[in-house]
Amino acid sequence: MAARKTTKKPNVSAEELKTYYREMLLIRRFEEKAGQLYGMGLIGGFCHLYIGQEAVVVGLEAAAEDGDKRITSYRDHGHMLACGMEPGGVMAELTGREGGLSKGKGGSMHMFSKEKHFYGGHGIVGAQVPLGAGLAFADKYKENGRVTFTYFGDGAANQGQVYETFNMAAIWSLPVVFVIENNQYAMGTSQARSTSTKDIYHRGEAFGIPGEIVNGMDVMAVKEAGEKAVAHCRAGKGPYILEVKTYRYRGHSMSDPAKYRTREEVQKVREQSDPIEHVRELLLSGKHASEDDLKAIDKEIKEIVNKAAEFSKESPEPSLDELWTDIYA
Amino acid sequence: MATEILMPALSPTMEEGTLAKWLVKEGDTVSSGDIMAEIETDKATMEFEAVDEGIIGKILIVEGAEGVKVNTPIAILVEEGEDASALPASAPAAAAVTEAAPVAVEAAAPAAAVPAAPVVDLSPDWPADAEMTQQTVREALRDAMAEEMRSDENVYLMGEEVAEYQGAYKISQGLLDEFGSKRVIDTPITEHGFTGIAVGSAMAGLKPIVEFMTFNFAMQAMDQIINSAAKTLYMSGGQMGCPIVFRGPNGAAARVAAQHSQDYTAWYMQVPGLKVVAPYSAADAKGLLKSAIRDPNPVVFLENEILYGRSYDMPQVDDLTVPLGKARIWREGSDVTIVSFGIGMQLALEAADKLAEDGINAEVIDLRTIRPMDTGAIINSVMKTNRLVTVEEGWPQGSVGSYISSVVMQEAFDYLDAPVINLTGKDVPMPYAANLEKLALVTTDEVIAAVKQVTYR
Repeated sequence: MAARKTTKKPNVSAEELKTYYREMLLIRRFEEKAGQLYGMGLIGGFCHLYIGQEAVVVGLEAAAEDGDKRITSYRDHGHMLACGMEPGGVMAELTGREGGLSKGKGGSMHMFSKEKHFYGGHGIVGAQVPLGAGLAFADKYKENGRVTFTYFGDGAANQGQVYETFNMAAIWSLPVVFVIENNQYAMGTSQARSTSTKDIYHRGEAFGIPGEIVNGMDVMAVKEAGEKAVAHCRAGKGPYILEVKTYRYRGHSMSDPAKYRTREEVQKVREQSDPIEHVRELLLSGKHASEDDLKAIDKEIKEIVNKAAEFSKESPEPSLDELWTDIYA
Repeated sequence: MATEILMPALSPTMEEGTLAKWLVKEGDTVSSGDIMAEIETDKATMEFEAVDEGIIGKILIVEGAEGVKVNTPIAILVEEGEDASALPASAPAAAAVTEAAPVAVEAAAPAAAVPAAPVVDLSPDWPADAEMTQQTVREALRDAMAEEMRSDENVYLMGEEVAEYQGAYKISQGLLDEFGSKRVIDTPITEHGFTGIAVGSAMAGLKPIVEFMTFNFAMQAMDQIINSAAKTLYMSGGQMGCPIVFRGPNGAAARVAAQHSQDYTAWYMQVPGLKVVAPYSAADAKGLLKSAIRDPNPVVFLENEILYGRSYDMPQVDDLTVPLGKARIWREGSDVTIVSFGIGMQLALEAADKLAEDGINAEVIDLRTIRPMDTGAIINSVMKTNRLVTVEEGWPQGSVGSYISSVVMQEAFDYLDAPVINLTGKDVPMPYAANLEKLALVTTDEVIAAVKQVTYR
């Protein structure tokens, strides 16, 4: 992972910085709370936390326009919060309750929002990549100028369907930004052990798809790259690849003891490259915000998350007849 | 405010664990992310991190304790200046959790023991006086696609060789000329990828028709058909549908051996969220395909290469549609019910003709749609004939026929005068040699023999 460049002076307003801070903090606190509720047995099954990767989705959402689409894998809570889906609805889906965004029938890995143009939440590694290109196919068909952000990880980057999709996205010039969230571990297998290329975006070159490396711990860098990629797609030049180097602090899922990396490795990233700390420092050093201002934001976020958690506990389990609904339209 | 730190569940199956080691002691300050303890689950030793900031006020469970139930308070976290000793060492949080997540258990109502005769839709699909012309199944399928593409801009056709080559089996003949390359799209040979793209486009509001050159190749795309197309509506709580048709020839053609000669009907039939159609005649092929394209659900539309060139009566009516989920009684009879679909109907009808010469009057039902299945039509017929033979090309274990048998046993057991016979293809990969291939397939003679067996002739 690239070291964060703190020396570069960002061309960004104080309000923007505060927005990034707030949005990233919301994801982090939400995920910490989800981890806690999992520990309490209120969330079951698989639960993949996004802690550490917050700048990726917050930066790219800042580059998106109204009506643009997004689709991702099972590590999806951050994407949903960043595109404006209700934290209470997300958390209640995690607890499997009626008030969840999928009425409790999807769970952590399967949530959707037509309103926010969020197309899931997909549990099969790599399957969302052709689906995302399909969303872009529909936009091109309708000539509506929209762009789709198709997120996948370094692990999914070894699935064959990704390259089938690269090929078709290129020959059909689909308006899709392929976002490789490279957090360096495919479950417990490091990129070095699983992937022949050091920089995965190079694989796009074989299909004539341009791409670049992005520092995923720097939200401004992500936004800037996102804007470039989106402009490329909107100009009708076809797909673009952003390989965003990032890091997940937690295990692959809640039940992962993470023995494949050292505690020191995780600590080092946390201390030296944390994306939220980065923005916090910029806000303070640039005198864009005082400690008290940031404390007020922290408090506001804590309240939102606590409210979401309360809702997720109070919302009843789905009624039993829900077993038989939504199978056919 | 002091908070209790609870024994965490650290895997989907963990109910209790061993508190192997405390890495903090009373009086230590912790912040979010600090490791407080090592906990042994049923799978591994996990590090347990602090979520909140605070001071370890009291450790309630000593290290080395085994069988600590999930949600047992293991320590108390206090804020600066607070005294842990003043706190009651109870477990209210754990109790609250149990209350908050009640497991609703309610016995399902038992199935009615003796069902009434099912209500069956026997209405004709087109007017009895409609003028008839002869048309091949191939032309009928093309006309169905063309008509739906004319009436709905969002319908498009995608697949290998569907455009410039005019279809590997010439089903899409002329469509490129009429609709252009935006709507009739040649894909690379990449079933997994283009099926996913089509499914994604359906989620975004288009109505794709995906042609598989044959359904054998759809195995490459199975994950997208099942996990993405069939399950998304349910997983999204009804928000995100997938209106798509997967079509192409299914089953054995002639002398193309094992990898190109499989009947997938029973596979797809198993999946809730999919509709599965397998037409026999040209009129049904046209009417059902038009209905499938309009249907808001994913539909697997199984054609047959051998039937493509056959001609059948085609009613000359505007906008011919046949509803999904409705069987067709091809021939009424009183002695035995023969149920089939797709190319199996050819054997069933041939057998019925020959049986009539022997004075056995067979009722022949074409399922047409395999899911949802018109089991009412079968049961109604069995109540009349008391005997049942099913005919299909697929393999015996887990066949369409075996499902029909189970339904008939549960819902019409008392009406059966003989065990049901399920005729299927033989339980072998399809051989290449002409004589062996013939032996592997179900035949008209086998249908006749089975009917004689169930009628005790």
